[in-house]
Amino acid sequence: MKYDVIVVGGGHAGAEASHAAALMGAKTALITANIKNIGDMPCNPSIGGTAKGIIVRDIDALGGLMGIVADKSHIQIKMLNNGKGPAVRSLRAQADKITYPKEMLKALQNTENLTIIEGMVENLIVEDKTIKGIVLDNKKEYYTKSLILTTGTYLKSKILIGNTNKLEGPHGEKRSKFLSNKLKELGFDILRLKTGTPQRIDKNSVDFTKLKEEVGDDAYWSFNCENEFFYKKDKQEKCYLVYTNENTHKIIKDNLSKSAMYGGYAEGIGPRYCPSIEDKIVRFADKEKHQLFLEPESLYYDDLYLQGFSTSMPKDVQEQMVHSLFGLENAKILKYAYAIEYDAINPLQLKPSLETKIVNNLFTAGQINGTSGYEEAAGQGIIAGINAVNKIRNQEPLILKRNESYIGVLIDDLVTKGTKEPYRMLTSRAEFRLLLRHDNADLRLRKYGYKYGLISKEKYNKLLEKEKNIENLLQKLKETKISNKNITPVILNKIKEKKLENGTNLYLFLKRPEINIKLLIDEKIIEEKYDKEVYNQVEILIKYEGYIKKELKEVDKLLKLELKQIPNDINYDNITNLASEAKQKLKQIMPKTLAQAARISGVNPADLSILAIYLKKEYNKK
Amino acid sequence: MFDTICAISTALGVGAISIIRVTGPDSIKLVNEIFKGKNLEKVESHTINYGYIINNEEIVDEVLVSIMKSPKTYTKEDLVEINCHGGINTTNKILELLLIKGARLAEPGEFTKRAFLNGRIDLIEAESIGDLINSETDKSRKLSLNGVTGNITNLINTIRQKLVSISANIEVNIDYPEYEDAVNLTNELIKPKIIDIKKDLENLLKESANGKLIKNGIDVAIVGKPNVGKSSLLNTLLEEEKAIVTNIAGTTRDIVEGKLILNGIMLNLIDTAGIRKTNNLVEQIGVNKSKKIIEKADLVILVLNYNDKISKEELDLIESLKTKNLIVYINKNDLTKKIDDKKLNCKNIVYGNTNEYANLKKLKDKITEIFNLEQIETSNMNYLSNSRQISLVKKALLSLDNCLEQIENNIEIDLLAIDIKECYDLLGEIIGNTYKDELLDEIFENFCLGK
Repeated sequence: MKYDVIVVGGGHAGAEASHAAALMGAKTALITANIKNIGDMPCNPSIGGTAKGIIVRDIDALGGLMGIVADKSHIQIKMLNNGKGPAVRSLRAQADKITYPKEMLKALQNTENLTIIEGMVENLIVEDKTIKGIVLDNKKEYYTKSLILTTGTYLKSKILIGNTNKLEGPHGEKRSKFLSNKLKELGFDILRLKTGTPQRIDKNSVDFTKLKEEVGDDAYWSFNCENEFFYKKDKQEKCYLVYTNENTHKIIKDNLSKSAMYGGYAEGIGPRYCPSIEDKIVRFADKEKHQLFLEPESLYYDDLYLQGFSTSMPKDVQEQMVHSLFGLENAKILKYAYAIEYDAINPLQLKPSLETKIVNNLFTAGQINGTSGYEEAAGQGIIAGINAVNKIRNQEPLILKRNESYIGVLIDDLVTKGTKEPYRMLTSRAEFRLLLRHDNADLRLRKYGYKYGLISKEKYNKLLEKEKNIENLLQKLKETKISNKNITPVILNKIKEKKLENGTNLYLFLKRPEINIKLLIDEKIIEEKYDKEVYNQVEILIKYEGYIKKELKEVDKLLKLELKQIPNDINYDNITNLASEAKQKLKQIMPKTLAQAARISGVNPADLSILAIYLKKEYNKK
Repeated sequence: MFDTICAISTALGVGAISIIRVTGPDSIKLVNEIFKGKNLEKVESHTINYGYIINNEEIVDEVLVSIMKSPKTYTKEDLVEINCHGGINTTNKILELLLIKGARLAEPGEFTKRAFLNGRIDLIEAESIGDLINSETDKSRKLSLNGVTGNITNLINTIRQKLVSISANIEVNIDYPEYEDAVNLTNELIKPKIIDIKKDLENLLKESANGKLIKNGIDVAIVGKPNVGKSSLLNTLLEEEKAIVTNIAGTTRDIVEGKLILNGIMLNLIDTAGIRKTNNLVEQIGVNKSKKIIEKADLVILVLNYNDKISKEELDLIESLKTKNLIVYINKNDLTKKIDDKKLNCKNIVYGNTNEYANLKKLKDKITEIFNLEQIETSNMNYLSNSRQISLVKKALLSLDNCLEQIENNIEIDLLAIDIKECYDLLGEIIGNTYKDELLDEIFENFCLGK
């Protein structure tokens, strides 16, 4: 059998990759070890979160699946940071672990050009440094023009509980034994990473009267940019707040040597932002308590996910630890916490298109690239899917810039800086976060989705209309003069400075902290004729204009540097004055532009000026 | 990558020896061609070699030649230093020989520029070394050295640390909104912190104003009618200090008649009379050049005659100098008093005559008092010493001002973070640092978060 694109792995990266490639019209196959695990959520039962929620929104704007599937399957949703500025507001949904994979499988099965195949990939067929196909464990061969590996945590995975370990993937699934050896053979650096997951508690054994409830928002939100809602806001499930106490800490300290991590049974490097509970106790010894959350996993079974209690202690110690928690004295542990180690490749061996530098037409996405999280995986997946097709069509790859999307930040960080621990997106990683908002994802990215055929003409036209309306409204506000004569008493009452400046207009008037568009509509100063989103957008653009301009100025600087291309055939050995560390990093990463070179740690400003001078000299020569 | 350059590194004409520096790929070969002694192309790196500089067969001078091979040199390129006997003629002759052999005369600061481009030193070090080379007094040398050894860097880092800890806290609040572990920063909590940092920066600027005095000296314009005694005042000041009197036509400065060092600070004395002689003071002041000198001067000394009435022009001049540092020096007080000094609206009046050293002491004490020179002597020298650095601090202050203004407007805290980051980045530009990774480290070092 011959395909245009084969995707290996049916997790969040693989689902988006195969869906995007198929929508672009490529004949696509998704190969998964177990069809029931497509879109599986082996760890936390939520989609989104700070920064991650915006990734999901961005995926939807591009035409991906994660947003709409999460919208159809969540049992609670919240806008995080709603009290803060528009840049950092981000959705988080508690997704139902049964419904989500089901909806995802349904969506994939309804995708034209996409075939789903069950099987374990054992070998890669590579000729002439170019991928040609794969071999399954049943020795069946499949040929392809592009291959995308989205194998998650399954490469040589090892489950650690106390001093015991099992050579298997999440939920005791079969692991991939041979693939990472093959990758190593081909010349990939293999990293050993670690992550963990906490206990699942039987909800019938918890004393909820002792716990504080955490409820969903009393509002309607959606990841999808069309604002379609599939839930009732008063029918949401609850989460609960739990705290550790002195007794918990004592149990952990007394048993520290039994933990896989502290007992020296693990070799992988774990993420700093997702430490195990024993890590927290050791590193923050003076803290009296740590916060934990109990989150429902599904409407269809009884497991509660004990967020914050990830550990690699032996089972008997875990029993003591859980029972020391207030409200969980009699809790029944349904699944014990474990740490999982797995192989990943060094993302510095990737191009910004997510194609590997080592094997042509081979792409990788998700945890195999050293990231953590469903959303990070899915974001890479959609880009890898698009670029796998672009590659076979000899088209330029889609490379989102740091000022366009969190996905752009994510991939640029990976391929420029690499990672030593599983990489998680944080708002603080984005230097232009005021531009990368939940509310403007469609304005930023729909055009790309449309260009590649992932977004319908109808949806795209809606976007064009929205853009036009925003323009018109801004113009109208600038043209409409306001003075003490046409102001209403209600407004006059709200403003501090009673005498309005001569010749001022509504645009400037809206900059006052005490004035907003809703008030102007209520007072009939402006008529309500557009969609709510248009007013929201305009209000943000006016209120935060000063700060947006600041960021745009920085973007300008960046884009200027991005324009300074570094030719592919540059020989850094010819630049005699570069510091040796810089030289080595530049040779390894081979940045495409001066801007990317500037982001490499170890390349200091002096190196950069030398490089710039060299490029100028070489360029002028030619 | 570069050609071979050479320059005389020591002050011309002063001192027992002079040093000529040569750097670049051909430096050793070139010097060897005019050297009699060991074959310099074969000697070890970092050795000093005795011999002669020869012009064909004729001996020019007896010299010591230091050979330093790349990369452990000031420029990271091959570098040769020729120690010859001082004296303009010999030194110039050797330089000339090198130029004939194919070296190029270095532009001012080019050695340091290479050190920077070759990654030997960072920007602030390069700037400081430039300042060091150009410094003329002990105190300004110390100031430049502070830059090199990183005093400024430490100070800026301390301020940046304060900013980063606010930023990190804001970021934690954003990325982990449901965690109670970190203090939830509010505009009210941030305000005093920003005000505190603003004070730090303002102090730095204030001290840097002193730094500028140390580095460039105090420009003193001496003005007055002809024959009032300006030149004799100038000469007495200089003579007494045994300072070197030169007539340097500065590139940016105007005619400097002489320099003298007071409490370790250079006074650049400018006699406006030297520019244009006229009997009419108003006309003289009206000359654009004189006006400019007075505008640019850090101190104006107006010389009046004890033995003469004050003219209207002189009174007008005093009036026009109200915002400047002005000393009225009433000369010739050994003659009969004719001056109506009660009319003088100036708090700095010194009486004297140039025949008495004691009275000049009064004048110098006055200058010391006005510029607080004694305090500069004893205080810690944490100054920014060039205008690039100072303008960055001023910009950084603007970011904080904007932040404080937006706090009053109740703007959300994550937007204030943009001002704080901008301030942090601007300060980082002074010392050539980056932002992002440090911030993440801070977040994870000081706060306990995660699933």
